[in-house]
Order: sequence, then structure tokens, then C-alpha cells
Amino acid sequence: MTLAQDGAQGRAHDNAQGGARDITPAPVIAIDVRGLSKSFGSRKVVRDLSMQVKRGTIYGFLGPNGSGKTTTIRMLTGLLTPDEGEGTCLGYNIRTEADEIKRHVGYMTQRFSLYQDLSVRENLEFVARLYGIDDPAAAARAMVERLGLNGREEQLAGELSGGWKQRLALGACTLPNPQLLLLDEPTAGVDPKARREFWNEIHALAAQGLTVLVSTHYMDEAERCHEIAYIAYGVLLAHGTVPQVIAQAHLVTYTVSAADSHVLMQLGDELAALPGVDMVAPFGSSLHVSGRDRAALDAAIAPYRTRAGLNWTPSEATLEDVFIDLMSRAQDNFQ
Amino acid sequence: MTAAAPAEPSRASRRGEFWRRSYAMTVKEFIQLKRDRVSFAMIIMIPLLQLLLFGYAINTNPRHLPTAVLLQENSDVGRSILRALENTQYFKVTHVVRNEREFDRLLANGSVLFAIEIPANFERDLRRGDRPAILVASDATDPVAAGSAIGALNGVLQTALRYDHGIPETVLPPFEFRTHARYNPAAETSLNIVPGLVGTILTMTMLIFTALSVTREIERGTMEALLSMPITPVEIMLGKIVPYILVGFIQAALILSIGILLFGVPLLGSLSLLAMLSTLFITANLAIGYTFSTLAQNQLQAMQMSLMFFLPNILLSGFMFPFAGMPVWAQWIGEALPLTHYLRIVRSIMLKGSSFPDLYFDTAMLAGLTLFAMAVAVTRFRRTLD
Repeated sequence: MTLAQDGAQGRAHDNAQGGARDITPAPVIAIDVRGLSKSFGSRKVVRDLSMQVKRGTIYGFLGPNGSGKTTTIRMLTGLLTPDEGEGTCLGYNIRTEADEIKRHVGYMTQRFSLYQDLSVRENLEFVARLYGIDDPAAAARAMVERLGLNGREEQLAGELSGGWKQRLALGACTLPNPQLLLLDEPTAGVDPKARREFWNEIHALAAQGLTVLVSTHYMDEAERCHEIAYIAYGVLLAHGTVPQVIAQAHLVTYTVSAADSHVLMQLGDELAALPGVDMVAPFGSSLHVSGRDRAALDAAIAPYRTRAGLNWTPSEATLEDVFIDLMSRAQDNFQ
Repeated sequence: MTAAAPAEPSRASRRGEFWRRSYAMTVKEFIQLKRDRVSFAMIIMIPLLQLLLFGYAINTNPRHLPTAVLLQENSDVGRSILRALENTQYFKVTHVVRNEREFDRLLANGSVLFAIEIPANFERDLRRGDRPAILVASDATDPVAAGSAIGALNGVLQTALRYDHGIPETVLPPFEFRTHARYNPAAETSLNIVPGLVGTILTMTMLIFTALSVTREIERGTMEALLSMPITPVEIMLGKIVPYILVGFIQAALILSIGILLFGVPLLGSLSLLAMLSTLFITANLAIGYTFSTLAQNQLQAMQMSLMFFLPNILLSGFMFPFAGMPVWAQWIGEALPLTHYLRIVRSIMLKGSSFPDLYFDTAMLAGLTLFAMAVAVTRFRRTLD
């Protein structure tokens, strides 16, 4: 029996929650939380956060460091108790059914949390045994095969390179066939090639019907997700598909380039101070100048458009523009 | 000094840098020490508590030792002698027994350290000048505890009957004490120390093994993953204790073999009983170490707690100093320590050949302490990161 079937059965026995789930063994929504809040001491880390993640999607959870991503994920796994708010993970109440959630959710922590002094094989067998898999040795072998770690089975996990460590950690949390994966910055500090392979693996898992919530602060990784949510200062600021999030921001953007980088930097400082210009961000040898009000932005930059040596072109706001804008707006509201 | 030719730093300025860097490191260490409140408290508490505790509790010249009396005859002179014995303050009559079986049993199960028998016809023999003998049997498993009391007998001999009339005046004392050091007639200290060392070494090693186990998982970051997997606190605890029971067992076997082969310590009782109760003792210490692990925030604190616990085990358990010599409050603390009970068990089995019924109380106490520690550990174990 696979774990997925096991989970469906577990819920079928759960009569208190009503009969709806008996008919549809897998709810369409994998994560459904409303109004989650969490404080540590006087510091409010997550504020009134609501989100819904559909089954089988890769959901990107973006935000700067310290924005509350890890705290939110920990609340979803039952590792932290929310101060306020309700919700379910795979149909299980995050407050009262943490034990069930642990059985069906794979959680990959931000910090490498396998045993460094155990070998690859021993780590995987340990996880397999904890989840009561019948033949832990075989399950570990199969996972080693799948991860492409052949020949490294006996290597200590602590001696693996960063990229391999992350793959092993992903392998360990997918080993018990979870229905939902929560990955907390799985690619932080991993080289681009290993990152790409890691994402290929995530897409392969999603293709098998797994729901994946992945937190990151790499913008290019956001583009690999089916849907994204952006969180800053503990507040969920935007969510949807990438084009939706960009469109919702209503950001008008111009790209301005100049041959002399000194000129460009000085220009950036001048533009940022103008009313109507909400954001100036350097992109290589050019600047992205954005504003939420087209008329105000056009008025502000009009004197500069004719200046010699500057090349102005209207452009699409990138996701990064949108995020930086969202963050600076959030800063005004919540800091 | 110009930018073009940076001068070699002078010897004095290099020495200045040395002090500056040392100072920077010192300041950093102080700040970290200040942040670690528990360590800070330990710095004050360990010396203060231990000094007061042990300063008042330890007594190498124990008095008021529990004594059983077997009166084969009820006579005034007998009572005078008993009173004189009590007046030395070394003996305290806690049991008056009627037959020799009970007399032997109390010594065997450790209820008394001395048993004194006043024989039949004692007074008659005394008045006739026959110099009758009073039997003083002592539990010599701990030669230190019995030593001073036996020394005091001499004084009693001289003075006990000074005011009793009708005792023939002779050069020799009118009666004699016949002392009988049981279990360790030659009063060899090693016979007492070696079995005690089994318990002491096990306490130290077992405590440390588990005291670090949970804090290590937390410090290495593996606890978060462990908590997100379907495993309960009881399962984690058992998994962490079981391997070390085996380790402790091997250790105990090693020390005992050396004790028997090299130090000639006898094993009069049952080996299987000793093995069984040693396993219980090992488990008790592992459980207590594990409890510290769930209470401490880091490995340093866990080590400090273990040390805090280890010292009274050494000093108040009867390992180094006679248990009977301690004030009552210190004895109560001693009763709460597993080593106290194990020392009685291991000495009784090895030196006295005691059997299980003699050890009911100590076995029950060990089991009780184990369960208590486990209950604390499981309730204190944090299942969330809140």
C-alpha cells in the first residue's frame, strides 16, 4: 500500500469531519488557512495570513529574509501553534491533527537536518523505518538510485557537497510518499546547475500529483512555479500566477540606459527623489524606473527623456520590480 | 608615514594589537556568558550549594549508628552497659530483637550496622568474676563507618560499671566485648570501594551519554526534522536509552571482572540478580540524564546539570563517606539518589551474599526514580518549536 492510499483511508475513518471527504478522498485544496498570526515575544512575525494551495501545483512562497516564510511553513506542519487563525493541511486541522499532517507531509527544513554522522543509506533507512515502510533497505536503495547517489551510499551525509546534501534532504522527505511537500529555501547556497536539477526533480514530483510549497528568495525560481505568493513583514502582499501578480501591481516601467555608469548612478539618485517615481532599480548597465501612476511618472521623467546620452524605452515591469515595490509599500505600512 | 612607503609597524604597535585582539575576544566571551543565564546561575549555585550541602553533611566520624540489641537476659548491668554504649553517641539502639535469626537478618539487609548480644546469665557470671563476653557484630562492608565505633568500645569497658555495686574489683575489666566484623573481617577498604566504583563509574558515564542526546539534536538542527516526522516523545526517549543500556552493561561487566580478578572482591550472591539490578540502575541513570537533556537548552547546560547531580551522588550516597554518619536531612537527599540504592545492592550481593528479599526497598526505589525521571522527561519534551 502506498502512503497516499493510507492517507485516504485515514480520512475515511474520520467521521467527525463529515461525509464530504469520503466521496472525494483527496480534497482539491491541499493547503487552506485563514487569518494565521504568530508572535514571538512582542514581535509579530506573521499577520493575518490566508492562503490556498491547489493540489498538484508548485506554489512559490517568496519574500525577503525574516519575512515570516519559515514561521508560516512551521505552522502548516504543526511545529508551531498559531496565535490566531485556522486552517487545514491536506484536510487535517493544523491545530489538532498535527500527527496526521506529519504522516502525510514531507518537510524539508532550511538548515540541513539529516544526521551528518550517518551515511546516505543510513539516513534514508532511518526515515523509512520511522514511517513504518516495510522494507527500509529496499526503499533506501530505490531512493539512492532515484537521486543518482549510486556509489555514495556509504558516504557520510556531512561530507556531501551543498547540492548533494539538498538532493539527499529532498529524497529523505519524499521517501515516505507524502502528498504535500513543504520546502523551506531548498536551494539557498546551491550552485546554478544543482539548482536546475533540483527544480527538475520538483517538477517531476508535481507531475506525479504531489503538491509542493517551496519558499525561496530567488526571483528566477518564482518563474518556475505554477503560482506564487509574496510575503513581507509577515503580511501576504500578493498571490496568483506570475503574470497575474505583475498585472495586479499596475506598475509602469521605463528602462533607461547610458554609456557612462557614473552618469547613470547619479541619474538614479535624482530620479528616486522625484514625486511619481516609486522605484529605481539598477539592472546591469541600465535602470528600471517605475511608478504606480502613469501620468505622474511621465511628468516626472519628461525633463530627462530628452537629455543627451540617455536612452529611454518603455518596458514591462519584472517580477523583481513588483516585489521591490510591494516591499517598499509594505515598509511604509508595517514598519 | 606616507601612502607610498607604508612603514613596518613598530614592535610597540604590534604588541598593542595583540592586547586589542585579546581584549576583543574577552569582551565577546563575557557577553556570551551573560546571555547564557543558566550557566551564569550555575557559576554561583554550584560552589554555594555544594559547599553548604557537603560541608554540613559529610562526617567521617559517624555517630548514632543504627544498632540492634539482642537481650538474652534482662538485667540492670546489661542495661547499664547499653546506656554506656549509647552515651558514646556512636551507637543508637533502633531495634530490640528476640532471637538470633532476626539479629542476623537486620545486619544482612542493612537495617543496622551493629548488633549487640548480651548473653544469658551475664549478670551472674559478672558477679562471679568470670568475665563474660558481649558479642558486638558489625557490618564491616564499610570499614570506615564501623571503625570509630569499635574503638569507642574500649572506653565503655572501663567506665560502664563504675557505679554498679557488687562487681568484683579487679585489674582486668569485669567483662569483655567480643567484636565480630562480618562480611569483611580483614576490613579491607578495597572490598568496599570496588563494588562502589561500579556504581560511581556507571553513574558518570550513563548520565553524560543521554544528557547530551536531545540538546545535541537541537544544536545540530536535526530536531526540527525529527519533530516533523511521525515519532512520539516516548519513542524518541526509548530509542535514545536502549543502546546505552547495552553499553552500561558491558561497562559494568568489565569493572566487576576486574574487581573480582584483580582486587579479589568476592561475589557471594547471585550473579544473575546482580546483573538484573545493575540493568535497572543503568536505566535509572540514563533516564535521569535524558531528563536533563530535555530541560537544558544546550549541551553546556546539560553537562553542568549532570555535574550538579553527579557530585551529591559521590558524596551523599555512602560511596565516599558513611551514609549512617550523615544528618537526617542529608540522608533524605541520599535516598533520592540512585547510586545510594545501587551501592547497597551491589555491596550486599557481593559481600553479604544477600538475596532479592533483602533488597526489595532499594529495588523499588530504583524503579521509582526511573519512572519518575521518564515521566518528567516525556512531559517536558517539547513537541513543537513554540
